[in-house]
Amino acid sequence: MKDRLKNLDLITAFLWLLRAAIILVVAWGTFKTLLSNPYTSRNWLDFIIFGIAQGSMYALIAIGYTLVYGVLKMINFAHGEFFMSGIFTATSALAIPLAASGFMDQHPLLSLLAIGLLSMLISVGIALLTERIAYRPLRHAPRLMPLITAIGASFFWQYYFRGLFGSQVRPFPTVAALQGSIPFLNTTVLKTHVLVVVVTVLALVALNFFITKTRAGMAIRSVSENKDVAALMGINVDRAISMTFATGATMAGLAGLLYALVYGQVHFFMGFIPGIKAFTAAVLGGIGNIPGAAVGGLLLGLFESVGPSLFLQGLGIPAFNQLKDVIAFTMLVLVLIFRPQGIMGERLAEKKA
Amino acid sequence: MDNLTSSGWRQALLQGFVAGLITVSASTIGMVELFGTRYFLAGLFTMGQLLLFAPPAVLAFSLAGKIKSQGISIVTVKAAAIGAISGAMLALLVWANQTFPLRTVLINLSPKLMGLLTFDRSLAEGALILIGVSVATAVFGALLQFVPRLYRQALLSAIITTLGVGLLAPLLFERIRNFFGQSVAQLVFTSSALQVVPAIIIFAASAALFYFRGKAALNSKPKAEQKLNPRQKMLRQIPLAIFLLILPMLLGSYLTEITNNVGIFLLMGLGLNIVVGLAGLLDLGYVAFFAIGAYTMAVLTSTGPLGVAQMSFWAALPICVAVSALAGVLLGTPVLRMRGDYLAIVTLGFGEIIRILALSDLLKPFIGGAQGILQIPKPSIAGITLISPEQLYYVILGGALLAAFISNRLRESRVGRTWIAMREDEDVAEAMGINLVRTKLLAFAIGAGFSGLAGAIFSPKLTSIFPHSFNLLISINILSLIIVGGLGSIPGTIVGALVLVGLPELLREFAEFRWLMYGLLLVVMMLNRPEGFIPSDVIRRELHSGDEHRAEV
Repeated sequence: MKDRLKNLDLITAFLWLLRAAIILVVAWGTFKTLLSNPYTSRNWLDFIIFGIAQGSMYALIAIGYTLVYGVLKMINFAHGEFFMSGIFTATSALAIPLAASGFMDQHPLLSLLAIGLLSMLISVGIALLTERIAYRPLRHAPRLMPLITAIGASFFWQYYFRGLFGSQVRPFPTVAALQGSIPFLNTTVLKTHVLVVVVTVLALVALNFFITKTRAGMAIRSVSENKDVAALMGINVDRAISMTFATGATMAGLAGLLYALVYGQVHFFMGFIPGIKAFTAAVLGGIGNIPGAAVGGLLLGLFESVGPSLFLQGLGIPAFNQLKDVIAFTMLVLVLIFRPQGIMGERLAEKKA
Repeated sequence: MDNLTSSGWRQALLQGFVAGLITVSASTIGMVELFGTRYFLAGLFTMGQLLLFAPPAVLAFSLAGKIKSQGISIVTVKAAAIGAISGAMLALLVWANQTFPLRTVLINLSPKLMGLLTFDRSLAEGALILIGVSVATAVFGALLQFVPRLYRQALLSAIITTLGVGLLAPLLFERIRNFFGQSVAQLVFTSSALQVVPAIIIFAASAALFYFRGKAALNSKPKAEQKLNPRQKMLRQIPLAIFLLILPMLLGSYLTEITNNVGIFLLMGLGLNIVVGLAGLLDLGYVAFFAIGAYTMAVLTSTGPLGVAQMSFWAALPICVAVSALAGVLLGTPVLRMRGDYLAIVTLGFGEIIRILALSDLLKPFIGGAQGILQIPKPSIAGITLISPEQLYYVILGGALLAAFISNRLRESRVGRTWIAMREDEDVAEAMGINLVRTKLLAFAIGAGFSGLAGAIFSPKLTSIFPHSFNLLISINILSLIIVGGLGSIPGTIVGALVLVGLPELLREFAEFRWLMYGLLLVVMMLNRPEGFIPSDVIRRELHSGDEHRAEV
């Protein structure tokens, strides 16, 4: 017993040290940056706006992780691929031909609507297929198994879509109506960024309505509360779970369109990093918690966009933007170590193993 | 099950649709075309065709197994339906591609693929052949279920053997030519495929062999486990030891190089097997330790500008292992309290952080950033520098044997049992007095040490290393190989490494679809055979405890 206590203390001390070291490094870097003041307030505002746009995208993807986690207590590793499959297909099969025929410039709104719809449709299809084939038979299996099939499904879909549409980067056609920017405070905002934020807000409002007011949404919530009781209440659990995957994939498909608009290109590997980052966002906000996913996404986007300049630069790190992804991964690790219940703090079942 | 038989027709149609989906997908993503150049039987039968006709046959076989009681004629008709639907969907793909400009979107719908699908005839004729052949193979698959069991197993084994020989034809050809000369080799193979007559002989011979083996196994009573004394055990190992020692001479340079790659992955697999298989800690950032081992070796021994010590390989080796094990403890400490999927994601994050750091300008003065570290000298023994793959083979063999020995001993030891206890239930294990902190860290450290050893051998093998060699796909590769082989099983890890690392290296055509196959394999294994191909006893018992119970009742 004494031995164990000693051990535990050592670990706790180590974790505290780690925490203190990271806070110190971040504080020191921030201090140095602010001291040398390399950016104007306008620069900072630009960073923040880009962070919000990027964070909106993460938020939409993160919702898929959170919903599935809430219902199945499982990390859907393949969610990034749902995100990729939709927009990769929509770009290759619809956006590029539409742009080539000139239809896109004549009816930009209609085209984007069609592309977004196709993207969501494909994402939902892939999600339902994956759930049916790879997850459903393992619902009562040891926890490691669905996670491994999820990893397998993720790689399968990546290389499947690579086979379908090729391994090269496909540029998303530029939409003339979305070129240029709008003045905002003392800077300007790209029209695409405005669109991203508006679409995200609308999607979140719609999602909230769906989850809280419709029968399907209530079925999802009750299943996430307790599957057995939900089944006793006459809810078709399998259908509710499929519906959960479909809802998450709809958001992912929409996020795909936003990604294509912001970054201007799609490729088969695009789902992986945003997938992990969105997962980080979901954990950051408190996994299983839908508003948490939105907040977490936004925060992560901001951190990623402001962070490198705010504290990495001050530390005198050369080419600090290379380490942008490290910020997201480090945040993931830190949140999971120090506050696994996330910011929104909904209780997280400690013993899920 | 009753449900299945009553709606048998719907089931058959569904299976046909699934078969069609598989074959159409395989065609659309380019697999059929890529494999279409690889003949099993010279001039007759390609791997691409196997992809087109095996799915309906396999699905019909499995459906027939379920509905056997409905009688041979109904099963035949249903199997024919499966084949017809699959073939028709392929024909539909060809038609659609001729009618619409699909290729602008789906880049792999090439004219060559269309030629393969229609057997270079017109659409109508090609469609007829496609449907005809798939109906035939599906019916064949279904009828196999009606063949007595002994014959069926012999037949299936013979088919698989013949296909395997055909698959490895180019290699076997090269080896046989080397040992017995061109003329002997050409008796059996063209340079890339089996000749028809030898194929029939191989098929017949292996069918007979499997038949008699199966019969013998039926007749003989199960022998009681013979208890061997240690000396007898040792004697049994001698042929294996000799085989391993002379292997490079049998294989030649190219194949030894592949064997070396297998060996390095085997080393990592054995390490990850301890972490995942025994201790149950799913580590997706395992490649990080491989990288740490490789970079430590590079920095310590390189004669280039980035080398700091110019040590010899052998002096640096223990340091690399120690550094990796230490890294295992350091990265393991923060995640001590995480379980299951969170652990997986965090370790994945660690792996990516290490890779990004290795790529970054931040560490460039020390480890070279994207340009990597060059001029890593090869190891030498007694003044001989081990340059060729045949010589390096022995270093890797030594490492792999050591790792296999250590893991084998560990698994049966007290430590191994605490790992397994922890994997089964952390709380109960802790209540039984197991020190979780120490047990977990030990698993991380030993696993990382093995991986570091692999990395330390890897870097002089390549003589230069770059961050791109250490991406997530390596971790996934190792995870796949231990899962396919059997979690927690050492022979399983060896087989997994041979199949998942060796085969893709041998069959370059596979390379492009390697990750697709791995992904598919992970899913299929988890659904159908979660214990792996050569499972460890404990895991098999655990996963099939229900079956045994049922069998007893």
